[in-house]
Amino acid sequence: MIVFDMGRYRGRRVRGRVILSLSLVATVIGLFFLAMILGTLVFRGAAAWSWALFAQDTPPPGSAGGLRNAIFGSLAMTAVGIVVGTPIGLFAGTYLAEYSRESKLGQAVLFVNDILLSAPSIIVGLFIYQLMVANMHHFSGWAGGMALAILVVPVVVRTTVEMLKLVPNTLREAASALGTPKWKIVTRVTYRAALQGLLTGVLLAVARISGETAPLLFTSLNNQFWSTDMNAPMANLPVVIFQFALSPYDDWRQLAWGGALLITVAILCLNIAARTLAHWSSLRS
Amino acid sequence: MPELVRTPVMPGAVGDSQMTTETPPPVAMAPALGEKIAIRNLKFYYKKFLALKDVSLTLHDKRVTAFIGPSGCGKSTLLRCLNRMYDLYPEQRAEGEIVVDGRNILNPDVDLNLLRAKIGMVFQKPTPFPMSIFDNIAFGIKLYENLPRSALEDRVEQALERAALWGEVKDKLQQSGLGLSGGQQQRLCIARAIAVQPEILLLDEPCSALDPISTQRVEELIEELKNDYCIVIVTHSMAQAARSSDYTAFMYLGELIEYNATEIVFQNPTNKRTEDYITGRFG
Repeated sequence: MIVFDMGRYRGRRVRGRVILSLSLVATVIGLFFLAMILGTLVFRGAAAWSWALFAQDTPPPGSAGGLRNAIFGSLAMTAVGIVVGTPIGLFAGTYLAEYSRESKLGQAVLFVNDILLSAPSIIVGLFIYQLMVANMHHFSGWAGGMALAILVVPVVVRTTVEMLKLVPNTLREAASALGTPKWKIVTRVTYRAALQGLLTGVLLAVARISGETAPLLFTSLNNQFWSTDMNAPMANLPVVIFQFALSPYDDWRQLAWGGALLITVAILCLNIAARTLAHWSSLRS
Repeated sequence: MPELVRTPVMPGAVGDSQMTTETPPPVAMAPALGEKIAIRNLKFYYKKFLALKDVSLTLHDKRVTAFIGPSGCGKSTLLRCLNRMYDLYPEQRAEGEIVVDGRNILNPDVDLNLLRAKIGMVFQKPTPFPMSIFDNIAFGIKLYENLPRSALEDRVEQALERAALWGEVKDKLQQSGLGLSGGQQQRLCIARAIAVQPEILLLDEPCSALDPISTQRVEELIEELKNDYCIVIVTHSMAQAARSSDYTAFMYLGELIEYNATEIVFQNPTNKRTEDYITGRFG
């Protein structure tokens, strides 16, 4: 018969309770602020939502208006960013996962990619400002799109590498055993096995760039009027929110709330879509 | 089979070390068979680790050869040398000769894709591609042949028929291959391997993930396929080796210990370690 040392047991139980309480407090604090932010946002933003928000352009102070030009500008520049950044990210990620997994170069590129992933986006904005805006002598939607593309690349590279690594080597061996050339293994078998994961990466990249303000401040700037000219300064939601929220005019601040809620809802939807896709792909493998 | 392929090593006791390559086989073999693969002085390295120590043996056409031995003995490594699957991994390399139809496939100038198109392989775990059942089979065929649709459909049907899967999947060819059961997936992989009409079929523990009924199906299939192919099977199951192979090679710690007709290896092994292994005293 073993005699339990009840002192040790009680000590462990007390320590367990202390840690559990601390964890709960931390969770509650985090959730409290999140709920406050989201609650205020939904409350004040929903009040600003109306048909005009989507149908009218940004107004001068003191008159009615909406965010149509900013919504369009955001969509257009996000599209440019995704269209330009996704192929680069996919190809680079493919190289890193399929061709240089063991090599020093591959490791180094992946490391630099992770630095780029967490680089402050304002630096990307300044980079494109120097490269495009300063040379073209004007702000433009193209410059905004390119700045977003640079932010897309590391996100897509990371997810592409992770998702391709999840594809079991046995599948590559099986394709190789049939005499399949490597490029065909990658495009016909590995991509297909990782398809949903790769799409998830693109969706996450959209979510990442759709709220970016700093890179657009230096590149597309803003445009008070409806414009579809990518060669001219272009309105976009983050910069409009930034300017309107800081303004002294109530109607502008109202629109800023509406825009903030719009971006938040869009990112929420994208994240849900990305998670659903990832869930499907995990079910399949 | 070209005449120039002559291997000094006949089936028979290979012995513990470098002894005897000239001694005649202790038992008369079946009538002269085509030699399909001649492995000579094969050494294999995983980085610095020597996994195969000077292995030499000859594999016959239209026969089933089983590689048996305890885990880590090198039997799968040997199998993966035969289609140079190890080439996918830069830290692995082989030395020596593997002559297939008169050509040393270890030469660096061998086109691996063309080589592997002639040497089919089935793996331990089923590896269906993430595409439809039809496309799983058609994928390999389309790599090297440009067939009209109807001919392609015929080839897919034939392959599935031979792999004893046609009856179960003929109504759902467009469904994903991933939706099949484990045993069906493995037969799909066998169908995929034979659809490209290889000359050699390598099976790496093809039944280890299968239930007894699926195993029996696969073994019947091997029995039928050996009329056309040179089949090499790695197996952990000695019962399977005894049932379905004509020749058995027993390996231990990277060495070929004994290689002979299966009934001799199992009933009258010349080497003590072979006897110990097949009677279950170790391994």
